[in-house]
Amino acid sequence: MGNKGDFRVPVSQVPHSVPIPEDITGIGGTVSVEINEKKISVPLGTTILEACKKVGISIPTLCHHDDLCIAGVCRICVVEVEGMRTLQASCSFPITTPIKIKTSSPMVRKARRHIIDLLLSEHYGECYTCFRNGNCELQNLAKEYGVDSYTFGHIDKPRFEVDNSSYSVVRDMSKCILCKRCVRTCIDLQEVGVLEAIGRGDKTHIGTFLEKPLADVICINCGQCINRCPTGALRANDPSDAIWEAIDEPTKHVVIQTAPSPRAAIGEEFGLPAGTSMTRELNTALRRIGFDKVFDTNFAADLTIIEEGTELILRLYNALVKKGKVALPQFTSCSPGWVKFIEHYYPEYLDNLSSAKSPQQMFGALIKTFYAQQAGIDPANIVSVALMPCSAKKFECNRPEMNSSGYKDVDYGLTTREMARMIKEAGINLPEMPKSDFDSPFGEASGAGLIFGATGGVMEAALRSVVEFVTGNKTEDIFERANIIPLRGFEGIKYMEIPIGDKVGRVPDLIKHFIPDWNWLKGATLKVAVAHGTANAKKIMEDIKSGGKFSECHFIEFMACPGGCLGGGGQPIPTTPEIRMKRAEAIYAEDESLEIRKSHENPNVIRIYKEFLREGPCSHLSHKLLHTHYVKRGRYIA
Amino acid sequence: MLVLEKNAMTEEIEQLVEKYGRSRSSLLPILQDIQRKHKHIPDFAQQEIARLLDIHPVEIYSVITFYSFLSTTPKGKYIVRLCQTIACDMQGKEAVAKAIERELGIKFGQTTKDNKFTLEYANCVGMCDQGPAMIVNENVYTKLTPEKAIQILSELK
Amino acid sequence: MEKKERKGIVLFSEYKRGEAIKKALEKSREEILFELRESKLKGRGGAGFPTATKWNMVAAAKSDKKFIICNADEGEPGTFKDRALLLEYPELVFDGMVIAGYTIGASEGIVYLRGEYEYMLKSLNDYLEAMRKDNLLGKNIVGKNGFDFDITIRLGSGAYVCGEETALIESLEGNRGEARNRPPYPVNTGYMGKPTVVNNVETLAAVPHIVLKGGEWFKKYGTDKSTGSKLFSVSGDCERPGVYELPWGTTINELLEIVGAKSVKAVQVGGASGICIPKSQFNRSLAYEDAATGGSIMIFGENRNMLHVLKNFMKFFVEESCGQCTPCRIGNTKLSEGIEMIEKGEYTFAYINKLKELGQTMKVASKCGLGQSSPNAFISILENFKEEIFNGNGGRNGK
Repeated sequence: MGNKGDFRVPVSQVPHSVPIPEDITGIGGTVSVEINEKKISVPLGTTILEACKKVGISIPTLCHHDDLCIAGVCRICVVEVEGMRTLQASCSFPITTPIKIKTSSPMVRKARRHIIDLLLSEHYGECYTCFRNGNCELQNLAKEYGVDSYTFGHIDKPRFEVDNSSYSVVRDMSKCILCKRCVRTCIDLQEVGVLEAIGRGDKTHIGTFLEKPLADVICINCGQCINRCPTGALRANDPSDAIWEAIDEPTKHVVIQTAPSPRAAIGEEFGLPAGTSMTRELNTALRRIGFDKVFDTNFAADLTIIEEGTELILRLYNALVKKGKVALPQFTSCSPGWVKFIEHYYPEYLDNLSSAKSPQQMFGALIKTFYAQQAGIDPANIVSVALMPCSAKKFECNRPEMNSSGYKDVDYGLTTREMARMIKEAGINLPEMPKSDFDSPFGEASGAGLIFGATGGVMEAALRSVVEFVTGNKTEDIFERANIIPLRGFEGIKYMEIPIGDKVGRVPDLIKHFIPDWNWLKGATLKVAVAHGTANAKKIMEDIKSGGKFSECHFIEFMACPGGCLGGGGQPIPTTPEIRMKRAEAIYAEDESLEIRKSHENPNVIRIYKEFLREGPCSHLSHKLLHTHYVKRGRYIA
Repeated sequence: MLVLEKNAMTEEIEQLVEKYGRSRSSLLPILQDIQRKHKHIPDFAQQEIARLLDIHPVEIYSVITFYSFLSTTPKGKYIVRLCQTIACDMQGKEAVAKAIERELGIKFGQTTKDNKFTLEYANCVGMCDQGPAMIVNENVYTKLTPEKAIQILSELK
Repeated sequence: MEKKERKGIVLFSEYKRGEAIKKALEKSREEILFELRESKLKGRGGAGFPTATKWNMVAAAKSDKKFIICNADEGEPGTFKDRALLLEYPELVFDGMVIAGYTIGASEGIVYLRGEYEYMLKSLNDYLEAMRKDNLLGKNIVGKNGFDFDITIRLGSGAYVCGEETALIESLEGNRGEARNRPPYPVNTGYMGKPTVVNNVETLAAVPHIVLKGGEWFKKYGTDKSTGSKLFSVSGDCERPGVYELPWGTTINELLEIVGAKSVKAVQVGGASGICIPKSQFNRSLAYEDAATGGSIMIFGENRNMLHVLKNFMKFFVEESCGQCTPCRIGNTKLSEGIEMIEKGEYTFAYINKLKELGQTMKVASKCGLGQSSPNAFISILENFKEEIFNGNGGRNGK
């Protein structure tokens, strides 16, 4: 960390490298700029692109992305600045002196058209056969600029082999336009560091370490690169053909579980504004497609809270009362991208990772055991699909240890984008679907399980139960309407302390056999933290390594993706901070609308511990089905 | 790579990091030293440098592939770089190139079987007034003729 | 490498190591900047930015650290003047850096020496060691209290684009040599984000003479807008190729006479990124205001195939483009393919014209000087030698 300082991103390429003054009302705080003869005043250091936005002029961009630092490499955003010999890239030009700008002069239009022509000349493939057809930034620009022929030819053979070695991410570099958004996503935003520009001149391309297949390098499968790719060069590994086949096969019983984040985002694929929840419409659509049962992943999320919460209590009890050697803080393990990140970069901390499986995998194990028994179906004939916002879930369900039911617990991880396409392929317009409920025996889940989709959600869900267990007070009495606001929002790292006080409650029956009372927690302060995006996760891990404040936490939630699952690598494209905000709002609104908002109050969860996992959480059977182990992968690439 | 070789490489890189400083700006000097000594930058060395400078292996690989004088595959003991730019071209580079290819039995871009010579083209080496010119490792030879070039290479042990 | 006895008006005039440093340290920083401004010295790398302005901006910047970088990544085809300066007159370059350090308030100087010049490294380092012994480098230089300055040499690794100042800085920072977005310029955020002066070898070599003899003296040579002398690297079809110091404003004809060039068809001024001048324009003068050049003069005799020359240049740019921005990365490839089409006779004039237009776009839309100048040769050679290329032996008739 420290030693490389701030130099990973060249200083001059950090956005607003001319700092915008805090007080723009002071002298020199603003600068006047004339855009196409319209005069406005902007804060010093505003880029031309931002200034143009303010006057309603849209400048085309390709390498620019709201989440990423400036690159200034595609040159599509060039404008004329009076007095300068060359055109200037508006995304990277900070306005520090009064300037006059022309955004649509003949020279500018010609340059933009040339740049599109050049990119198209090396962009292999036809739009018809591309999954981004209709949602491709290059295609849009070609349309906007009236490209009606390939001025400088069109490549007729792919330049690169498609890399589909990974369960999660497929790379087709023949469609790459070298905007380097994926590079900046992987190195700067996520600090994973799989992709970089390789070679020089006409040989330049995006590649991995030693050009190895993606499956062989330290890719965490988060798919954030996919979300930020302007073209079809990056996509998820799509299992929908196999799912169709299963649906069409009468002997197969095909079930699907749906996670909360896809439900809050899939509407975007059907032209709805971001933040339109489609939970119940989706249930109907999925049945019409041919899924035999539709389950709510949130049920398993509630189960995760019970298992992971119990594990935390046991760790604390062992540490504080039994004075045993226990790994603390406990880390959440629901994000498969984060799990792979820690397996590679901090393998010495794998003991801190909760052994509880992610909701997807818990559910998978239960479907092929509990559900199969209940429904009287041979698990061999069950095909279990998971609709996830995530590309890493595809890798997760293929981990060799994920077969505790005796079968592959989850057969296919499907992204929101792929699901939307399947629905369209079936001729269904999702927003018009009548609403319907989830199928029993798992039915509806709590709001706690639902908010897993947003960063801070797992922690909030856990605290809603833990606080109530330990203090004996209702969570609503401590946090207004049980909303734990400090854990919400998109700040990279959140930290919270919860003093337990001197009054403790009764130990719930479910875990009574582990601990007799709560007296040992009297006067204690529970310290928790939340991080989203692996770059933030790295910050916390480095802090823990150096014995900083986070090493004193008891429980830390880590999500690999910025914004949490709602910003996952399987979600609709594009992604921006605003879009993620809207999705979060939809999730929290849905949570508020539910009657049951705490995992331990979910009647189906209570039932499953009564009827199936009779020995309770963290017991033998629950360990067999609901818990897992991790692999020390390390950072070396063979 | 054997464990012993790995350990030796780690030690070597640790010393280089010590010498040039533990910051990214030391990257090129470190790579240059390893290239000079090992005639390439082995995979393991790239990962060790990445670890010690706290950057990602792919970033090291990216930098290596950017610069013509750095390579990830082993080169010969002598790297012969013949200037291909116009001034040398006009002064008879082609004949020299053909003669060297014939004599060494390899094409440009290849390495002799005994790993003694690697033959490459270079872009302008700044000897335009004395062309054709070639650089062998770091030494420069000018006003080449086919005979002179062969003579120079045959004297290298 | 033979060491030539040279005589010249400015750079190659008499100079003794350390002389100018001593004189400079007796002056104030303002006085040095004044002389420099008087001299109207402009950057010798080719862009011609006024040196005094650049120094002044860094001198005025508030920062805990500043840098002076000597750009010795001389890679422009046909340029080798820095080679001569560094081999034969290192005292001028290094003394110039010390004076720059004093004037702008830097304590660290870095020479970015192109990898191809590694053979000079030892002698240059020995030279720096000798300067340290004489207290021309190190702490309290020549007894000037509080002025500490030292120079380190860093090697390039074979990348032409690193001659572009921000790509050079990226390379020093351990990155790919990809040009940065400008503004902000290195004088604000340069090496390590600190205010940095990047000067060409020849620019720095002029400084000691200006300090010793004054800006007025310097201005006596050259033209109004191009003061002083220029080192020309002359190669190609002539009797006496080599490095020549001539006053700015010398015409191409005069230069050809001096170097013994007869029956010349074309002169490429400014290297591969420069322009190709036909016989009819040999009365043009070499100066910033006319035929500007970083020093490269390549002479092509009557029997040279200009399409072949152009092909060689474009191949150079296709390989040496850093590859980050679209116009340069793909544009150069397209121009290069266009030349092959002409060679094979598989072209239309309509398409060649489209490529020329593309060249114009590359000149204005590329991110750095490389892509902004790489179409120069394409445009000027196809324009000035269209007879030969499209109707003569060099090409075949267009369809």
